[in-house]
Amino acid sequence: MTMTTKELIKQRRAEPWRVELRKKIKNKDRGAIERVKMNELDPVYRATTRLEEVNQGLTEEQAVLEASRCLDCANPTCMEGCPVSINIPSFIKNIERGEFLEAAKILKETSALPAVCGRVCPQEKQCEKNCIQIKMGNKAVAIGYLERFAADYARESGKMSVPEVAPANGLKIAVVGSGPCGLSFAGDMVKRGYDVTVFEALHEIGGVLKYGIPEFRLPNHVVDVEIDGLRAMGVKFMKNIIIGKTISYEDLHEDGFKGIFVSSGAGLPRFMDIPGENLIGVMSSNEYLTRVNLMDAANPESDTPVLIGKQVAVIGAGNTSMDSVRTAKRLGAERAMIIYRRSENEMPARQEEVKHAKEEGIEFLTLHNPIEYLGDEKGHLKQMRLQEMRLGEPDDSGRRRPEPIEGAIKTVDVDEVIVSIGVCPNPLIPNTFKGLVMSRRGTIVVNENLQSALPDVFAGGDIVRGGATVILAMGDGRKAAAAMDEKLQKQL
Amino acid sequence: MYEIVAKEHFSANVVKLEVKAPLIARSRKPGHFVIVRVGEKGERIPLTIAESDSKRGVITLVVQATGHSSRQLCNLEVGDTLTDLVGPLGQATNIKKVGTVVCAGGGVGVAPLLPIVEGMHKAGNRVIVVLAARNKELVILEKQMRSFADEVIVMTDDGSSGNKGLVTKGIEDVIKREKVDLCVTVGPAIMMKFVALLTKKYAIPTVASLNTIMVDGTGMCGACRITVGGKTKFVCVDGPEFDAHQVDFDEMLMRLGAYKEIEKEQNDHDNERIN
Repeated sequence: MTMTTKELIKQRRAEPWRVELRKKIKNKDRGAIERVKMNELDPVYRATTRLEEVNQGLTEEQAVLEASRCLDCANPTCMEGCPVSINIPSFIKNIERGEFLEAAKILKETSALPAVCGRVCPQEKQCEKNCIQIKMGNKAVAIGYLERFAADYARESGKMSVPEVAPANGLKIAVVGSGPCGLSFAGDMVKRGYDVTVFEALHEIGGVLKYGIPEFRLPNHVVDVEIDGLRAMGVKFMKNIIIGKTISYEDLHEDGFKGIFVSSGAGLPRFMDIPGENLIGVMSSNEYLTRVNLMDAANPESDTPVLIGKQVAVIGAGNTSMDSVRTAKRLGAERAMIIYRRSENEMPARQEEVKHAKEEGIEFLTLHNPIEYLGDEKGHLKQMRLQEMRLGEPDDSGRRRPEPIEGAIKTVDVDEVIVSIGVCPNPLIPNTFKGLVMSRRGTIVVNENLQSALPDVFAGGDIVRGGATVILAMGDGRKAAAAMDEKLQKQL
Repeated sequence: MYEIVAKEHFSANVVKLEVKAPLIARSRKPGHFVIVRVGEKGERIPLTIAESDSKRGVITLVVQATGHSSRQLCNLEVGDTLTDLVGPLGQATNIKKVGTVVCAGGGVGVAPLLPIVEGMHKAGNRVIVVLAARNKELVILEKQMRSFADEVIVMTDDGSSGNKGLVTKGIEDVIKREKVDLCVTVGPAIMMKFVALLTKKYAIPTVASLNTIMVDGTGMCGACRITVGGKTKFVCVDGPEFDAHQVDFDEMLMRLGAYKEIEKEQNDHDNERIN
């Protein structure tokens, strides 16, 4: 427990099998191996199936070969890019020597959800960006694919390891929200011996992993197995509970909770405030994806309805936008488009998602911005008016500012528009936890330890960041767990 | 969990359910609502809480069978359980002493009106209740209203109970006879629209409790959005009560029809099965 990460890396790297493994292939030869390509479903076929995963994972042979591309650096810079500090070379070298379960075990040491991260993390901007192979002029080791491989192997083998848990210390901790941030926090706290209860407002555990990310990118059963793993470690889950409403901050104190972690996630969807935005057929990506994913609305057996558009436009170009537009295509849209006011270079979505979307026949109307929606006499959306844009000088974000081209306005037929331009933080907790300090954007203000103005309340994920990725949320969960643990240990 | 402990038929299509929900019973206030789900494939439907008893740990819901999901809920019997129940949601009613309050309810809107009537009475207001229904059989909670209200006026379309006429006539009669400081209205959107038009004419502040389409009920999806005073608001977190004179009821009525065709198919399917 007391060993630092650096010492642990050094110790593991010095194990005889690993020294042997390093000697087996010359670094030059490792670099000469071509980066593995993910096995994918055929685009034409997959655009018709909502439930089958696009990425099919690596075979054992592919994984072992890809693992051999890793040089097992003494100073692994890849780890610096990982928000949850996964011991990357250690898990990869275990794959190379064929010890797949051992690799999965190493992942679980620092990540509560490796099978999820292996699928949805933007590795190209994190661990893989720092890979030594890039500096040598090669492609980065496919760390994300390998992570997924090891996690999937462990799950499918039925021999998933349950991480060791410290003896119970009897301290009760409440977690608000069961998304990636809350789950990551819960995992780290239960490992330290705390009595952790996760409260979820919806009727399913998993937050955005369930209501947001579609099955074709992250199957629900993959998420459920990770949640069961946390349950096996002792984490308790309570659904249909809204902290601040069903159970108040004061009630939590009365019930003996010594620490509260708020990971309530993204709240209110943003709209553009343009004419016609409340017409029937215009909705937020949160609504669209919640209906299809959480409520299974596209299944005829489900009682929840969803509008099935034939000409669907998704406004925005983030990962959620790609999820929405690809879902629309799968539900039978003849035309499914992304409408984005900047150019393709500025798109916030992962490259892989954009590539997959294009392969599936999604149209990209970049440098276009909706200015009005038009409906029929019953209020059903019929058309949208788009302003053509061009890029001007860079703005505060460093990206070139989109400007309207005067007079360049076109009208496009649509029967469904999905607005996917981000979210504002959920006001539920801020409104009901007296004494919290909030930013002007509505996020909870925290110090460098993710502690809020209320000393027993820590917070992380979208309620602090205002909209980020699964892995950044998970990183917050880990960081907050370490800080809350330190605070509570001092008090003991 | 969420067991049904009592059931009463108010009319052929309207039932009162008492549901075990100790945490919600403890924390709810007048004006709050819950989201209910029946069955693993069930829809999430919002219902305003009519009453609660924190000692017995139960809340009361009044449900009108209008479509597939509400019918499923009405068909539950004592001993059955709801699949999911979450709340209390929304902002509570702002209850304070203002003087004379007219509480106007129609259809199942009468049920969530009851705790408001009780609260307004206990806050020291003179409370006049106007209950509206198509006919005598559909008038609900009249007796309970009488225990808190200074006066209860019943309006039926056919005159089979109380006075013949719409809810607006009942309200206008009161306005013409005495000074009214506040009007609270709960019922079908079309009814609330006309109540708002009437009280606007007399410049009487009016609060309407809106029931829109919702999915999560916590602000996440925006399905419930409406326009109030030219700005988009979410009924689930900003409401469900709003200044009725500022609400764009025509837009709300339009949005309530979003799934009409899908609902009709579902109803036809249900009827086929029944037949």
